[in-house]
Amino acid sequence: MNIWLNFLIDSLAFGATFMYGSTGEIITEKGGHLNLGIPGVMCMGGAGGCLVLNMIGKSNLPGALIVILGILGAVTMAMLMGLIYSFLTVTLRANQNVTGLALTTFGAGLMKVIMSKLDATVYLVGPKQFYRWPFAGRTDSLQYLGVLFFLAVIIAVVSSWVLYKTKVGLHLRAVGENPGTADAVGINVTRYKYAASCIGSGIAGLGGFYYIIDYMASPEAYLSLEVFGWLSIALVIFALWRPHMTIIGSTVFGFLFSCSSHIANIDGITVTMAAKPLLKMLPYVFTIAVLIFTSIRNKRENQPPASLGLSYFREER
Amino acid sequence: MDKKIALSMRGVTKRFGNVVANHHVDLDVYQGEILAVLGENGCGKTTLMNMLAGIYFPDEGKIYKDGEEVVIRSPQDAFNLKIGMIHQHFKLVDRFTAAENIVLGTHEKEQYNLKTVNNRVSGIAEKYGFNIDPQKKIYDMSVSEKQTVEILKVLYRGADILILDEPTAVLTPQEIGRLFKVLKSMKEDGKSIIIITHKLNEVLEVSDRVAILRKGEHIATVDTCEATEASLTEMMVGKKVSLNIDRTEPVNPETRLDIRKLNCVNAEGLPVVKDVSFTVNSGEILGIAGIAGSGQRELLEAIAGMQPINSGEIVFINPKKGRPVTFYHKTLKKVKQMAAQNAFHGWNGKPVSFQGLSNGVIRRLVGSGEVLFNEDEIIDLRGRTPLEIRELGIRLSFVPEDRLGMGLVGSMGITDNMMLRSYRKGHVGFVDRKQPRKLAEEIIQELEVNTPGVNTPVRRLSGGNVQKVLLGREIAFAPKVLMAAYPVRGLDINSSYTIYNLLNKQKQNGVAVIFVGEDLDVLLALCDRILVINSGAVTGIVDARTATKEEIGLMMTRTSTVGEEDA
Amino acid sequence: MAEHKNIVHEPPFHLAKRASIVWWKAWLIRIAAVALGLVVCGLVAYLFSDRLRNGKKTLEDFYYCFIKGSFGTERKLWKFLKNMAVLQCISLAITPAFRMRFWNTGAEGQTLMGVWGAIAVAFYLGGKIPNWLLLTLMFVAALICGAVWSVIPAIFKAKWDTNETLFTLMMNYVATYVVSYFLVVWVPSGSSSLGKLKFGKLPSFGHDYLLIILIVLALTVLLYIYLRYSKQGYEISVVGESVRTAQYSGMNVKKVVIRTMIVSGLLCGLAGYLIGAGLDQSITTESVGGQGFTAIMVSWLAKFNPLVMLLTSGLVSLLNQGAAQISQDFNVSGAFPDVIVGIILFFIIGSEFFINYQIILTRKGHAGREAVK
Repeated sequence: MNIWLNFLIDSLAFGATFMYGSTGEIITEKGGHLNLGIPGVMCMGGAGGCLVLNMIGKSNLPGALIVILGILGAVTMAMLMGLIYSFLTVTLRANQNVTGLALTTFGAGLMKVIMSKLDATVYLVGPKQFYRWPFAGRTDSLQYLGVLFFLAVIIAVVSSWVLYKTKVGLHLRAVGENPGTADAVGINVTRYKYAASCIGSGIAGLGGFYYIIDYMASPEAYLSLEVFGWLSIALVIFALWRPHMTIIGSTVFGFLFSCSSHIANIDGITVTMAAKPLLKMLPYVFTIAVLIFTSIRNKRENQPPASLGLSYFREER
Repeated sequence: MDKKIALSMRGVTKRFGNVVANHHVDLDVYQGEILAVLGENGCGKTTLMNMLAGIYFPDEGKIYKDGEEVVIRSPQDAFNLKIGMIHQHFKLVDRFTAAENIVLGTHEKEQYNLKTVNNRVSGIAEKYGFNIDPQKKIYDMSVSEKQTVEILKVLYRGADILILDEPTAVLTPQEIGRLFKVLKSMKEDGKSIIIITHKLNEVLEVSDRVAILRKGEHIATVDTCEATEASLTEMMVGKKVSLNIDRTEPVNPETRLDIRKLNCVNAEGLPVVKDVSFTVNSGEILGIAGIAGSGQRELLEAIAGMQPINSGEIVFINPKKGRPVTFYHKTLKKVKQMAAQNAFHGWNGKPVSFQGLSNGVIRRLVGSGEVLFNEDEIIDLRGRTPLEIRELGIRLSFVPEDRLGMGLVGSMGITDNMMLRSYRKGHVGFVDRKQPRKLAEEIIQELEVNTPGVNTPVRRLSGGNVQKVLLGREIAFAPKVLMAAYPVRGLDINSSYTIYNLLNKQKQNGVAVIFVGEDLDVLLALCDRILVINSGAVTGIVDARTATKEEIGLMMTRTSTVGEEDA
Repeated sequence: MAEHKNIVHEPPFHLAKRASIVWWKAWLIRIAAVALGLVVCGLVAYLFSDRLRNGKKTLEDFYYCFIKGSFGTERKLWKFLKNMAVLQCISLAITPAFRMRFWNTGAEGQTLMGVWGAIAVAFYLGGKIPNWLLLTLMFVAALICGAVWSVIPAIFKAKWDTNETLFTLMMNYVATYVVSYFLVVWVPSGSSSLGKLKFGKLPSFGHDYLLIILIVLALTVLLYIYLRYSKQGYEISVVGESVRTAQYSGMNVKKVVIRTMIVSGLLCGLAGYLIGAGLDQSITTESVGGQGFTAIMVSWLAKFNPLVMLLTSGLVSLLNQGAAQISQDFNVSGAFPDVIVGIILFFIIGSEFFINYQIILTRKGHAGREAVK
């Protein structure tokens, strides 16, 4: 197959990690909470999934069930992280930035502790063909796309629909824009904030799971996971707080990351040792460029939720 | 006719820390009446009503709806009891449309669909005679449109008790008239309406009964037809007070500020100040009247150097003729330059040129006050930053509308706030806290600021005390021009009069005072001239001694859009 | 019926913001939080340590590790002081920015660039010029590199209000790859690990680490004075509180933002210099080792007060080193310190709530109210 098509499909596959991460972060931010703990959440999502797979990987359960249980493990663990975050920032009104950073420190650390106890031959042995359904067994690059990839796309599209076309979405956006107003019209602000942070975290956690089990499928994958959490947060700005936009954004990010490995396959280009770090720098430089660009084109409709980062206390005087 | 009690409160108490906001309040509202809750700012009216709306929860006391005891612990509970409140600071999501805001928080069985919501909103609006586009975004709306959305929001939920918190504060007299008509038609419809206000004339005009609150306590409830302005005031304030403001004739007015054809745009590029021209004279108070957000803020900020100017002129005339030259704001080089241009003369009237004199001698001559200016200084303020304005020696004081967000630093004490405008003094890199501390103590004493100490964060002070600190600092600066935006907003009557007296004293001292206000009665009583502004353009400048409220009200809306006109 | 309703519906408590709190009460709450956090740490350790579960080690051993790890031997004590000094230095560096509410998450990269600047000078000029000149040039290079890395986001923040949190964060990764690029260039063998350089080591007296510790102590006092008593420090506080107020008082906000970030970057560069010239004489992409992030929390916990920061950086270093000892003695992953620090931070962050708010219980039928903690 054409190397350019390979390139694109690999970008898409890589991008799904970001798609989960930033869709989760967008949902959290729509509730007015900037969760800088998403990297930690993604790590713990991965760890949670692997933990479950480590228990059932060698069992005789049907493959589909193993995949589903793995997903549930990832979502549950990530939601627990979201719960810690929401308890601190919603109920205890703690500073969101500091809580998020602490969550990342904690999550990334705990993941390493957990993963060091797990057996990669067990959790990775899981029935690969089921992750890659329906393309399993193909020899072209389509084999790299699977259930978890499509799930990411579906979640992104459905999230957009919920946020912008349903009452629940309207309420959540109101909470993020102006919690005082939402409260005054009888929306349970605390419940929405908790739900947004926990569901957002659950989705983001799948990103970590996908990266370790499906995209990389290697025992060392977890060591390089944290940074994709940070990039997912940056991607939110690129996506203008619209989940379906993350599909495009994450493909671009995936493309930039794949560059350093794919560019050598293009005829006439030789990559020296020294150029490799520079190629790897590309996604970050690109993110910076995006940040600058979006801040220069400052449009009212493309702003973060108005109360992002602020705690809400009803009896404030 | 015997009326049924719709809602009553018994022994309701609410505390904030050590402050008792409401103390054992009893209150009844009948079906199909308009009840006015009257009281000064800070007397606990809003707190009391917030407990009906579920924003606050009472520390003590009981609430009965239609004779049955109820507990309201959230706005949702209030809605379920068909109680709706329209807050003074509108509770709207700016980025949503009117319809989205109205439908927010409602529970309907059918599928959410914006189209049906839009239709339903239009239906209710028609019934009560509102004119509104359900698909308009809130940030594109005028204040009175936003209020309409708030009222529709409550009606959409089928409320039969409506609470309006200071609904007229931001409206023109014409809009107030229209609002009252709507309220009366809702009353005919059998709804109970509670209107919180501190304006006596409105109480007398619209209400059936008046409940008076003072310092958190319920003083009395009287039938409006038996009340007079004087009797209400007495109950409200607790003692007979004279509500007259001494207005003296301006003495030797001279032009201080001359503003010509000023134009400004905001961050979004929309014009906010349009072709504004006026002058401000020493020894007089110039009032600025207009609907909130008509460009008052931008105008004052443009003069203060904080708002970029597109075109036009702002000229400051510094009274220097015949006064001694100092090095206070001028360097030696500048003084020499001016002397060479024949700008100075000596005591004997002869020109001073400093030709052939050493720097030391010039310093001594100037220092001894023997060199005088020939003419007033005429300074163009266009494009100057606040710092440059100060460095030019222009004593321009500015009391902004946003006291804690702009005039003061909330987390700092009074001392540190005194330094805000003067901390640059001296050439060392360190701040001097001795002088500011002295000033802080003076202001606390002279203006009777109630504070635990000079280092207590000003955020913890009450509104009146915060304003005294801010105004005190700006006056201590010995201004030539003093601009004050809404200086009595949120203050109780006594503090308000302290502020009026301070402004009057400045006027008598020859300061040119600009006073931006919202209460037309106060503007008419305090100012010498009133400039009326609408959508950034001046619609008239009137003599405050002869103008009427209605006249000003018409000017406030003169060029407004057609849609609002016949709502 | 009405009575019944009342019992069912009345909320059992509600919250109110405290006007103020006595200082010792606030500290009591914080200490209680740390203690509670340590208990949870014990539980987590129990989950992950086989030795703890099968009785080879006890929980007593576990808590003793925190003391042992930092104060067990003289060497460990010096190591503790050194770690604390470096962490304190980076925390000091980000403090001016944070007081200005500039969320500088880029201390990691700024410090790394400081190390890089110092090492680059030592690599190219080491042995060719006198040692004092080399050290001076390293110092200058480190400071400039740190400042450049922090001023770039500051300029964009001042000009277009570009999100500084993410910008500075991305600059960290750019810095990492700059370093890894130079490691490839400097070490052509392909191992990409630069050995200890022969030149450019800070002189030491008393103990190897003493000079660094003293420098950081002096810096702490200087920064405290700068923030509290200088005009620039006053400007930082005002800009941090409200940009509008700063404009109103005639401050050039853009200038203050850029200047403060330069100060921040210079201090990060200094931290990098201390790491590069004072300790490692070498560089890896992990030279700063995440301390740039830890410093944010250290600074925040100290409410951005340099003197209190001595306490918080001490606490975090103690936890880190204790946990490192634990991961050794109890056979858990080397990432365990992060978990311990994370848990303790959660508890301290959460405890702020009980300092700022009070819980008021509703007592049925009583006029009074009860304030809890």
